[in-house]
Parts: sequence; structure tokens; C-alpha cells
Amino acid sequence: MVNIEVTDLTKKYGKVTALDNISFGVNKNELFGFIGPDGAGKTTLLRILLSLLLPDEGSVQVGEINVLKDIFKLRKIIGYMPGRFSLYEDLSIEENLNFFARVFNTSISENYELIKPIYSQIEKFKDRKAGDLSGGMKQKLALSCALIHKPKLLVLDEPTTGVDAVSRAEFWENLKKIQKKDITIVVSTPYMDEASLCDRVALMQSGKILSINSPENIVNEFKQRLIAVKAENTYQLINDLRKYELSRTVFPFGESVHLTLTTDFPDKQKDLDALANYLKNKQDTEISYITPNIEDCFMELMEN
Amino acid sequence: MAEDIIKVNALSKKFGKFTAVDKITFSVKRGEVFGFLGANGAGKTTCIKMLCGLLQPTTGMATVGGFDIYKETEKIKLNIGYMSQKFSLYEDLTVTENIELYAGIYQLSRRKIKSKTEYLLNKLGLFEVRNKFIKALPLGWKQKLAFSIAIIHDPKIVFLDEPTSGVDPITRRQFWELIYEASANGITVFVTTHYMDEAEYCQRISIMHQGIIEALDTPSNLKKKYQAESMNDVFLKIVR
Repeated sequence: MVNIEVTDLTKKYGKVTALDNISFGVNKNELFGFIGPDGAGKTTLLRILLSLLLPDEGSVQVGEINVLKDIFKLRKIIGYMPGRFSLYEDLSIEENLNFFARVFNTSISENYELIKPIYSQIEKFKDRKAGDLSGGMKQKLALSCALIHKPKLLVLDEPTTGVDAVSRAEFWENLKKIQKKDITIVVSTPYMDEASLCDRVALMQSGKILSINSPENIVNEFKQRLIAVKAENTYQLINDLRKYELSRTVFPFGESVHLTLTTDFPDKQKDLDALANYLKNKQDTEISYITPNIEDCFMELMEN
Repeated sequence: MAEDIIKVNALSKKFGKFTAVDKITFSVKRGEVFGFLGANGAGKTTCIKMLCGLLQPTTGMATVGGFDIYKETEKIKLNIGYMSQKFSLYEDLTVTENIELYAGIYQLSRRKIKSKTEYLLNKLGLFEVRNKFIKALPLGWKQKLAFSIAIIHDPKIVFLDEPTSGVDPITRRQFWELIYEASANGITVFVTTHYMDEAEYCQRISIMHQGIIEALDTPSNLKKKYQAESMNDVFLKIVR
């Protein structure tokens, strides 16, 4: 396992600044997540970490290796699972795995113990062509291939995009198993609800890091009181809450609407009572204070 | 109570010996935001293709917008809209050209196309960029435009496939407000998605598993019934 140290990284594509002077560190054996929407700069960042792309400015250190200079040293110790399925569809499961093992001068048997928790789930289909596998199985194969040379750092670019909820849950369980094998893991995702599965996360938007912390601390840093309001007609509720003179932010959130206020009465109940009074002639509502989740925090950071 | 705009009764589809959809029965009300969920391979896509008039069922009955899915498929196609996260607009056409193209495909009159184009450009704040290529627009703007174009012909039902995956959380909410607005105007919104947090925005949700509908209720009732914290937990309890 290795740590990562990135300092003042900038990358431009023509006039577009994909990464805007960002710095961060990843600890040894950490499961670290980059969370942000499409276009936030996640893939650019991961590709720079992997020596597949050169930055315009800044430095990247993976363990003892200067990523911008010693790319061949780096490539021996990293495993990469790109966002798009990139194995050979006309080779079987076993042939794909063998191929990647040989490229790295090793064999399946040599590192079998490492990949076993994942590979054992697809091994009985080992003669099936990769192109004929379901999404979940393809993913397990790609993960096995990325691990077959026993990397110290595993990088995964949006592994759960387009994957159903069951395969997603399995995938995160598998990542935790890999982490126990002393591998540092860096993963990107556009899905805010996956933040809680990481040790620490960096929330990214427009080439910048909005916040880096453990998921718990990101939530603790949310300074506003957050109110959830629920009603039968959500659309009408949104419009009514927008018109409420004390509203600061109003966002639909699943079946509820999340609201922060411009007032912060020391007496918390007073705020709720005033709001309930405003809403009472409109429709039946349930109002309560709630703990924010990562998505609430992300929006609060975007607004600032 | 609003009338049923989609009525499905014992609908099945077999491919050879494989039963993709197995006698499902459900209905969706006018103006409802309905979530249609299921794991990969559960039969969702097959079912939606039948509802859109793109695939003939093996047995069973269904009407969409009052039209029969066996005999009136062309009428169905004119009365539904469709938008997916992956494909929606032509990147190398301008904003105006995209609006005009789709309005033309849906057989709107020239006068209607002109007024609709103006209305949409103003409503979405796209007037300044009306002659720019779609590929030059931020993702969030594209999404909102794509949705507005999907309902440009005032369809009875709009089908949305993972409409907000990958967009930032604020844009995502602006998008859901457009959906709620359409729903308040009487358009039925039929959402398919893999993402359970997206599903929580729907008024009712059905969960398909191995060709049948395992559960159908409001998100809060489903969470109560399965004693789950989130729709994700509900889904895992049903499908695993």
C-alpha cells in the first residue's frame, strides 16, 4: 500500500479548466472517494494519478514515486479499472485474466489468494466469453484483472455507473475485501449516497474540491439547521415554501422538501411553529428537523 | 380521482422458452409520477417496449393513453414522449434546430413550432444561446432542454430513463421541479432508474423481479412495509 500526495494540480483543455489548482493527500490503505457530477474533473484527475495524462502544473507523488517522471515504476504498482468495460470481449474469463497476469509477468496461481474473494464468484463460468457476461459479472472480471499483479494502489473510475442496486451493493462489499489486503483504493462516483461507504471523500465540482473529509465530518460541518417538510402535493409545497419570507434554501428531496431558514431563533421550536403556522391553511404537512446527508452538504457547498 | 392513463392486465412476453414478462397487472393514473424499477434483466425494458408500441406482447392486455398496445401502436407513439440520460439531443445541431426537429417529427404545425420554440427558449433561459451547438452547453442545461423537448407535443405520457444520473444535485432538483410541473399539468411521468435515491422522488414505485411485479406502493409505504431506511434497502430486500 502507498500514500498519495497531490499539490497544486491544474489541467486545461484549450479554454476549459478541468482541474483548477487542487491539492489533496490519500493515506496508506485508505478507501478514498472522489464524488461529483459529470464534468467535475474526476476522470481527468484519476488519469493524471495513473500517468495517462500530464497536468499543466503541479506535482503528483505516489509513495516514493514521482508520477510525472517515473511512469514505468508507477505502472507496476497500480491497478486501474476504467469507466468503460475495456477487456477483450472475444476472450474467455480465464483467458482475459491470464493475459493480464502475463503482461505483468505473473500468473493466476501466484496471486490467486488476492483475487479469490472476487474471482471465486465468477470462476465457474471461466470458459465463457467476456462479451457474453452480465454487467455484474463483467465488473467482477474487470476487478480481478486490475488486481492480478498485486498492485499497491487500485484506481476505479465510476465503477457503479449504470449498475443495478444489487450489483452496486456487492461491488462495495468487494472493495472492502480488497482494502483488507493492504491496498490503497481511490474510487470516483457521481452518486452522493456512496460517500458513506468511503473512509474519506473529496466533493468535486467544476474542477475544484469543495471539501475533503470523512463522510461524518462533512455532515458535521453543515452549519444550518435543516428542516424536512412532507406533504401530499410536493410541487405545491415547493412553490409555497419558495414564497415563505424566511426561506433561505428550498430543495425537493425524494418525498420531502428540505429547507433552511434565514432566521435562527435560539428556540428551535419557534422556527418550526412559525413555519407550521404559515403552511397550516395550505395542505397537511409534517415538519421536523433532520440531520443532513452528503447531498444536502454538497448543495450547501455549491451555493457558497 | 384521476383516470387510469396506463392500464396493464396479465401482460406477458416470451422469447422462445424464456418468459421475460410474466402476467403483470398494474395501472398508472393521469398526472402521476410513477417509478418503474428492477434489477438488470428483470424485464423492465421488455415491458416498456410493449407499452411504447415497439414490441408485440405474447398474451394479456394493455392500453396506453386509451390506445390498444396491439392495434394502435402508431397512435401510442404520437401520444408519448421519451428521454434518456444517454441519448436525447443532437450534439451537432443548435438549440433552435433541435427544438424544430423534434417538433417537426411530432407533426406540430409551422405556427405552433414557432411559438413553442420561442416559449421554450424564454422559459429555460436559453434565448442567448439559441444558435449554439448543443455540445457547447453545460450538461444541466441540456438535460432540462431534453426534457422540455420530450414533452413538446404535449404527450399524455413521458417515459424517462435515468433522467438525472450524473448531474449535479442542484440541477437535479431543478429537473425534478420541471417533472413535477409537467405532472401538475396532467402529463403522466413514467420513470425507470437504477438509482433508488432518484426513485424516492416518484409518487408510486413498482419493483420488478424475474418478470413479475414484486411490490407496488408509495416510497414511504414500501419503506414501512419492508422496515427499511431507504428505497435502496427496500430494493435489496426484495431482489436479493
